Amino acid sequence: MSKISAIEKARARSAWLFVLPMLVVLALVAAWPLARTIWFSLTNATLVDPTTYDFIGFDNFLAYDEGRWYGILTDPQWLNALGNTLIFAVASVSLELVLGVIIALIVNAALPGRGLMRAAMLVPWAIPTVVSAKIWQWMLNDQFGVVNAMLEGAGLIDGPVAWLGGSSLAMVSIVMVDVWKTTPFVALLVLAALQTLPKEIYEAARVDGIHPVKVFFRVTLPLIKPALVVAVIFRLLDAMRMFDLVYVMTGSSEETMTLSVFARQALVSFQDVGYGSAASTGLFAIIALLTVIYIMTLRPLGRDSGA
Amino acid sequence: MLARLRLACAALVLLFVTGPVPAQQLAPREGVTVSIACGALGIELELCREAAQEWARKTGNSVEIVNTPNSSSDRFSLYLQLLSSRSAEIDVLQIDVVWAAMLAPHLADLEGPLGERVDRMFPALARNDRIGGRLVAVPWYIDAGVLYYRQDLLDKYGFAPPETWGQLTRTAAAIQQAERVAGNQRMWGYVFQAKAYEGLTCNALEWVSSYGGGTFLDGSRNFTADNPAARAALAQAGSWVGSIAPRGVLNYDEEAARGVFQTGNAVFMRNWPYAWALAQGEGSPIRGKVGVVALPHGPGGESAAALGGWHLAVSRYSRNRAEAIDLVAHLIRAEEQKRRAIKGAYNPTYPALYEDPEIIAANPFFATLYPAFENAVARPARQAGPRYNQVSDAIWRATHGILRGDDTPASAMDRLDDEIARIAYRARWKEDARSE
Amino acid sequence: MRGRALLKNGAMALLWLVVAAFLLFPFYYAVVSSLREGSALFDASLWPSDPTFANYRAVMTDQPFATNILNSLLVAFSVVVLSLGLAVFASYAFGRAKFKGRRLLLYTILGVSMFPQVAVLSGLFEIVRLFGLYNSLLSLVFSYMIFTLPFTVWVLTSFMRDLPVEIEEAAIMDGASSWTIVIRVFLPLLAPALVTTGLLAFIAAWNEFLFALSFTLTNEQRTVPVAIALLTGASQYELPWGNIMAASVIVTLPLIALVLVFQRKLVAGLTAGAVKG
Repeated sequence: MSKISAIEKARARSAWLFVLPMLVVLALVAAWPLARTIWFSLTNATLVDPTTYDFIGFDNFLAYDEGRWYGILTDPQWLNALGNTLIFAVASVSLELVLGVIIALIVNAALPGRGLMRAAMLVPWAIPTVVSAKIWQWMLNDQFGVVNAMLEGAGLIDGPVAWLGGSSLAMVSIVMVDVWKTTPFVALLVLAALQTLPKEIYEAARVDGIHPVKVFFRVTLPLIKPALVVAVIFRLLDAMRMFDLVYVMTGSSEETMTLSVFARQALVSFQDVGYGSAASTGLFAIIALLTVIYIMTLRPLGRDSGA
Repeated sequence: MLARLRLACAALVLLFVTGPVPAQQLAPREGVTVSIACGALGIELELCREAAQEWARKTGNSVEIVNTPNSSSDRFSLYLQLLSSRSAEIDVLQIDVVWAAMLAPHLADLEGPLGERVDRMFPALARNDRIGGRLVAVPWYIDAGVLYYRQDLLDKYGFAPPETWGQLTRTAAAIQQAERVAGNQRMWGYVFQAKAYEGLTCNALEWVSSYGGGTFLDGSRNFTADNPAARAALAQAGSWVGSIAPRGVLNYDEEAARGVFQTGNAVFMRNWPYAWALAQGEGSPIRGKVGVVALPHGPGGESAAALGGWHLAVSRYSRNRAEAIDLVAHLIRAEEQKRRAIKGAYNPTYPALYEDPEIIAANPFFATLYPAFENAVARPARQAGPRYNQVSDAIWRATHGILRGDDTPASAMDRLDDEIARIAYRARWKEDARSE
Repeated sequence: MRGRALLKNGAMALLWLVVAAFLLFPFYYAVVSSLREGSALFDASLWPSDPTFANYRAVMTDQPFATNILNSLLVAFSVVVLSLGLAVFASYAFGRAKFKGRRLLLYTILGVSMFPQVAVLSGLFEIVRLFGLYNSLLSLVFSYMIFTLPFTVWVLTSFMRDLPVEIEEAAIMDGASSWTIVIRVFLPLLAPALVTTGLLAFIAAWNEFLFALSFTLTNEQRTVPVAIALLTGASQYELPWGNIMAASVIVTLPLIALVLVFQRKLVAGLTAGAVKG
């Protein structure tokens, strides 16, 4: 007993030593840069002359001057980006979830070629986002794009559709590409959960002649719910900071601008370090909130495995 | 521990504040490597490399060509990132005409060595590059928006090249209709740049200005586009989308527009002069069927072409300033501009070169362009200074809303007014105006 | 009864094919486009009529694309080695030892993996310049730690935790130091997990765009995604779709090969990261 506790102590000592290098690196790449961003969000720094700036408090977030409101919280552009981000996150994640479950069920049920299917699922996930954005941009080109050519060939549309140009369609296209790219990821998670389910329940259900749809909603869904919750939150957090797909496919166009695109634009294209940092800080705050919720939901899971 | 941390922080801040000190020399030295960012690929890069290496041979120095992103907004971000950190990585930068005012604090004054040469260039260009009494860049080639038309189609249906936007609209609609009846379902009347990007600001400026509606910001940074002429111009442009222009035009940049025009599927196109050489190139389906004229104008206005083009500037943080200036001087020589005009169809910035028979022989359309350059309208870059990108972004977004049909010109201009007020607040334009 | 089963299987197979087509078609079309040249590119048919490798030749000869690939390989390998090296020790501490603040630290690290990249961009740039790493591949290796470290630490910690206590006890009784225990005892046992997390880190580093765009300057230092995004045509405005597609195919093929060879391990790693938590 005493030997074990001595070991525990020795371990705790070396533990810090072992964690330290990693913590130093993370402090350099994450903590310090983040602190700088939060500091700049309280200033009016610009890139024109990054060394002289004033501390302006929360003016970048909210300010009132001569009958007008200023700051990101009243900036129609930022609010529009917030709306876009929420729409994108909700739409893409729910579609990915539904399609992911369906695909996982197909793959789980159809035994022949399951490996092949799984391999096919990994392809969109493995293609670099920049590359898939370029490929889709090319396929969705209104004049020479293959998507329009095929839809026209099938008689589904009369003239070319401007997928990436016309108002709400651009967002639809972006969601579609994101669904294409990440549904496989969700499907793999669900598949892994499905494969841990006990076979006996299904045998029993089959013998009792219960309709498969009923079995799915009554048995399968409750059992895979924890995996689904994790997948949803994981994807939601990812979707909230969406950058590269939107940036490559539609640039900083208004209909698809997300919070990340807004922040980079203010920071880099507009040289407005203060305002851009405020936008980044706002995004960070939203994501931090979601992360806390995520960790709360993880906790019970972690406790089970003794974390 | 804490003290050491504080020391480290202090050192960090100190480094950030002072930066590397630019060394200043009087006369160009030998054996120096000057880095230059010009062009990204193709003929542009080739021409730059040849000329830069010629300079290197002559002076006993060497040059390093830094490859920069092709997309001009990416290139701008890169420059800004480098310059704001006082990096000496690039000595000579090729900058867009509207960047001069934005990057001015980071650029060396070239008035002494090169001011007299700039005075011999188009006046609009010289005005553009003198910021706060300093010459921050030197024009290298000039661009202006022009109207391309299909000579064969106009002849076939008996139309003349349009002089007003109204004529353009009617001609485009008639030919589009007739060609579609004749079997070409993909034919469109007019293609231009209506993607939400800088190109749309150029187009919008051309419409509004050619209707006599001003240039969005006046000399004292007041918003001026909330007037009937501007609204009429924008309403007319909005009426094109979906009628004589495909809805996809809302995502067209220069190349996308050229793609439609050059495959023979558009009667008119607004573009920069570069498209001429490509449209007339070997293998082009419309070779020999294309004409160029000045852009049309609105009732009571005059044709307005957005001023474009690229300039050369020297970084203030360059450690080889004298050599860098010498290289710039070499690149902007009339002889060099002539070579670039003949080999790459780059438009010279010296008006005198438009009478050079060799240049005109190589590019017969240059003679047509001359008036466009003379009367080119500058984007409100000088007024907006470092805030130009924000102003331009607000302009193109408001315009895009009208073109999409989501917004009326009146409410879009209202919104634009509000956005410019927001920019003015952050930039403290009001305080500046008071203190002046 | 038999007919119904057949119909059901047929419907299943059809659904299967539709899904597979949706997943694979874009890559197929990229291959087709990459084999086209000139105005043939603007023809949207599904077969390459006269395939040409001109785009591939152009990509490989007109620019330092081979160098870009080498850069990507170097960066990705270094990222894998460095993040695994740091994470193995950290995960030993997290997974096997009990110390104060362990849980808080672990969740903080998880929090870091949720950081929006833009939020740290300007601060990271300062540090990169401070260390004199601008326009060097090292800046990328360094900055990529922000997303590879949290997730390698988490996955490896969950693996560490699942290993039985007895393994270690014997070594401890023999008086081995923690260092020796990690190197001699755990490293071999973790090999499969290391392969999995290493692969995921490799892919993440290979695909990264924003930092690579911001911290490198010259074409010779760029990684593949940036090289593709910035691939340029003969003039300022031209977009060489043929070349872009050829380059896309070149960079995607090794990834697909990697994914196919290691698919089981990858799936295990992906699901371990998210399901186990």
